[in-house]
Amino acid sequence: MFELFRFQARDVVTESKGPNRWDWALLPLVLAILGIFAFAAMQMSRPFAVGEALQISLDPAYLPYYLLRTILRMFTALAFSLIFSLIFAAVAAKYAVAEKVMIPTLDILQSVPILGFQAIAIAPFIALFPGNLLGVECAAIFAIFTSQAWNMAFSLYQSIRNVPPELKEAAQIFRLSGWQLFWRLELPFAMPGLLWNMMMSMSGGWFFLVAAEAISVAGQDIKLPGIGSYIAVAIEARDGLAITWAIAAMLIGILLYDQLFFRPLLAWADKFRFEETQGDTAQQSWLLDWMRSSRLFRAWIARFWLFLGRGLSWFSVQGDGTTVQVNQRFTHQAWPKVLDAVLLLASVFAMYSLFIFIHSVVGWAEVLHVLGLGLITLVRVMLLIALASLFWVPVAVWMGLRPQYSQKVQAMAQFLAAFPVNLMFPLVVFAMVTFKLTPNIWLSPLMVFGTQWYILFNVVAGAATIPNELRLAADNLGLKGWLKWKRVYLPAVFPSYITGAITASGGSWNASIVAEYVTWGKTTLVADGLGSYIKQMTETGDFHRIALGIGVMCIFVMLLNRFFWRKLYLLAEDHLR
Amino acid sequence: MTQNLLLDLNQVAKSFKAADGKSRLILDKVDFQLKDGEIVALLGKSGSGKSTLLRIMAGLIPADAGKVAYRDKAIGGPVAGIAMVFQSFALFPWLTVQQNVELGLEAQGVPAVEREQRADVVLELIGLAGFGGALPRELSGGMKQRVGIARALVTNPDVLLMDEAFSALDVLTGETLRNDMLELWEEDRISTKGILIVSHNIEEAVMMADRIIILSSDPGSVRCEIKIDLPGPRDVDSLEVRALIDEVYGLMTMRATHEAAADTPNARHMGYRLPETDVSRIEGILDLLAEAPFNGRADLPQLAEEAELSDEELFPTYEALSLLGFAVLEKGDIMLTPLGKKYVEVEQAQKQELFGQQILTHVPLAAHIRRNLESEANGSLSEQPLIDLLEEFMKADEAKRVLEVAIEWGRYGEVYEYDYHTGRLTLPDDNQE
Repeated sequence: MFELFRFQARDVVTESKGPNRWDWALLPLVLAILGIFAFAAMQMSRPFAVGEALQISLDPAYLPYYLLRTILRMFTALAFSLIFSLIFAAVAAKYAVAEKVMIPTLDILQSVPILGFQAIAIAPFIALFPGNLLGVECAAIFAIFTSQAWNMAFSLYQSIRNVPPELKEAAQIFRLSGWQLFWRLELPFAMPGLLWNMMMSMSGGWFFLVAAEAISVAGQDIKLPGIGSYIAVAIEARDGLAITWAIAAMLIGILLYDQLFFRPLLAWADKFRFEETQGDTAQQSWLLDWMRSSRLFRAWIARFWLFLGRGLSWFSVQGDGTTVQVNQRFTHQAWPKVLDAVLLLASVFAMYSLFIFIHSVVGWAEVLHVLGLGLITLVRVMLLIALASLFWVPVAVWMGLRPQYSQKVQAMAQFLAAFPVNLMFPLVVFAMVTFKLTPNIWLSPLMVFGTQWYILFNVVAGAATIPNELRLAADNLGLKGWLKWKRVYLPAVFPSYITGAITASGGSWNASIVAEYVTWGKTTLVADGLGSYIKQMTETGDFHRIALGIGVMCIFVMLLNRFFWRKLYLLAEDHLR
Repeated sequence: MTQNLLLDLNQVAKSFKAADGKSRLILDKVDFQLKDGEIVALLGKSGSGKSTLLRIMAGLIPADAGKVAYRDKAIGGPVAGIAMVFQSFALFPWLTVQQNVELGLEAQGVPAVEREQRADVVLELIGLAGFGGALPRELSGGMKQRVGIARALVTNPDVLLMDEAFSALDVLTGETLRNDMLELWEEDRISTKGILIVSHNIEEAVMMADRIIILSSDPGSVRCEIKIDLPGPRDVDSLEVRALIDEVYGLMTMRATHEAAADTPNARHMGYRLPETDVSRIEGILDLLAEAPFNGRADLPQLAEEAELSDEELFPTYEALSLLGFAVLEKGDIMLTPLGKKYVEVEQAQKQELFGQQILTHVPLAAHIRRNLESEANGSLSEQPLIDLLEEFMKADEAKRVLEVAIEWGRYGEVYEYDYHTGRLTLPDDNQE
């Protein structure tokens, strides 16, 4: 106890002196980052007329600049995703009525491929800023946003729903208002999950970066300065070396924001971990250690929290339980029923319009054709997930049981999941043309190229948490070979495998748009499937067929989730109990 | 008279909707008063709705019927003058001790400087001075609960509700904290006017309270009230206190005795809530009871001490013992029946056979399952209709629990078997020929 006092006292004394050496080290770093971003932000707003070609140079000297533009775009999108998630989750968790509409909507949005959003959004955004590049920038940012926002919102919503009831009761007893409850309880509780999802969202943003930056929707061909466009131009020019440069730049970019942004945040968010699990090692960040050693920053941060803390008292509860009418919350019994009726009417109307749309615009034959394509893609997704599982599950279990590997895999997770599949095009096209392979079969592996890693990480994490005593017991009983896998390892990692496979399956559907339609210079390889159908329709700008393709994909993804993955998930949850 | 009435509950009722839409009564016609200057303990076995009652007083859930008032004003939500201490502490793990204690003041918009001063005063009072900067995860259970108490006291509440506040702590820590609390109370160093303790620990209730209220179960309502006029500080080993503890034990177990005597086993219905206990505990208590020093008859507090189990764990076991006819309860004592004596002596295989016979005669649910299995052509039965049946009498999670108990007992008695994966009950192998 005495130590604590002394420590605090010393802190207070040092506070009054001038800047220390950590201040001198940090200050230039912060100023440089601010300056660089300000410069990049100014570049975003420039005169631009539709049809004007933006020059993208393949000279690696331009790469740092492109990297900067791309990262700024991704962080802008991330900021909007965060705001969206906060509002979405707060509203959905608070109002049961809103929840009923919002959660299914999010489910649908999650299964809509990024090209679908882009096709709809590009024209309005350009119209918003006529004669300026900002409109196109906004469209690109919006596209990245759509690859980041949904899972963040979902994670936040679910965390808020899972806030321990006794903490909620405590907050009510001490009469925290909804506003205070959100900032003091719900958001802190959700923080670790939210941060993890933000990191994964950034990776998801990279995966679709080419589509987001090199906009080729509805007859448009605009390439915004950035890594994605650089890759697109390199593919057109069949420049293998440039592809290698792009990979290097991407790696550096991910490393930079990981070290300067996510690591400090994760290390800071360590205090929000709710359960005191022994297995998790605390995150370390040199930058956060620096910042905590710097007096200037400590003072700034203290002032920052004080400022935020003042915001907490904005909406306090006035009066208390003795001034409120009893049973007030339970009086509006009729409202949910009215809402249900409205929803029912709306969906009937939607079905009717859908019927009219199909009947008069695209025709039933086309619908059947697209459904057939959907089935082909479905077979592909399922087969490849199965193949990837056969390969990765044993590997992942092997790694998970060895801590020295499992920790490295976690670190690699971000980069592997971020790796845009487009970067594989040169290799794939070269191999297919040389060996005369059929696209329908050999393009398929590209679909799980970016998503198989989710299986790997999840199973590694699952295997790492197998209790040591369980393994010792298995050894003690003399379990060996297949019997040991069947009785110990596979049942133990089953729940985490299912979680990984669900993510991988969802991602693979999205990836099919890129994976079923591969170009390298003038060579184009097409596999039959829903993905290539949507991609071709977006290039020709046939909005009706884009809508049809996307609609069918949504239906496939949702049915698959509902009747296959969800069942497995419940089974796994039951096993875990 | 009314101005020194802190809490006033009149004919309060509460029911919950079961899964099938029917509502089930949890509390019925509860009358309760907390007066200025008294500590009241609320005792009852699990399922008596004592937690629900506490939450109604705290304004966390509304009552369905009856009057709930704090200082003559109806309660419609959490009230400024009522604070609560939780069994699981309910501290915010990301806030420091100081921030946790300031939470209630912060919510009321008290300025930072005043907040800090008031928190410091309370932290010092409760023996946490110097711990302001610690995170809850650094503290032991006892220290955590001190923070929980400080957090409640800092708002200067009139009424302090304590929901099993000491039961998550080990015995020694719980006692120390309890005595510290009593000291603050008796020396008037806190502004609290009345304390309500919900507990399952009879000794704790007798040591702290001026009045003990015992709730009956299904639905919960006030069964009886005991006034304790002993001055504090009380000595656990004094004759008066021991006698009181004995008396309360007797009252608490009265229901089981009364039922065993009055009702014939057949009158006990399908929806009878099987006590939450397991076979090994039942046998453990039987063995303990049969051995010296008890030799077949034990004083309940002594047995509890010997078994090193809490009252909450023991009461269901006593109920099971008397339900199965292995022991009888009488005025705070428990006695082995001849059958119970025989059970302790025989070999394992016979034990299980005997257990099977007893549940078939005394547990209607087990008999029902067995009867249906015998009449089924394939000797197999899904659990779902049984859960549905039980849900007519109780909440969904409670129905599952009761079925789980019935399954465990049935398995042990080799009356039927159960497959976890398929959720089906079957006859044991040797009966299927």
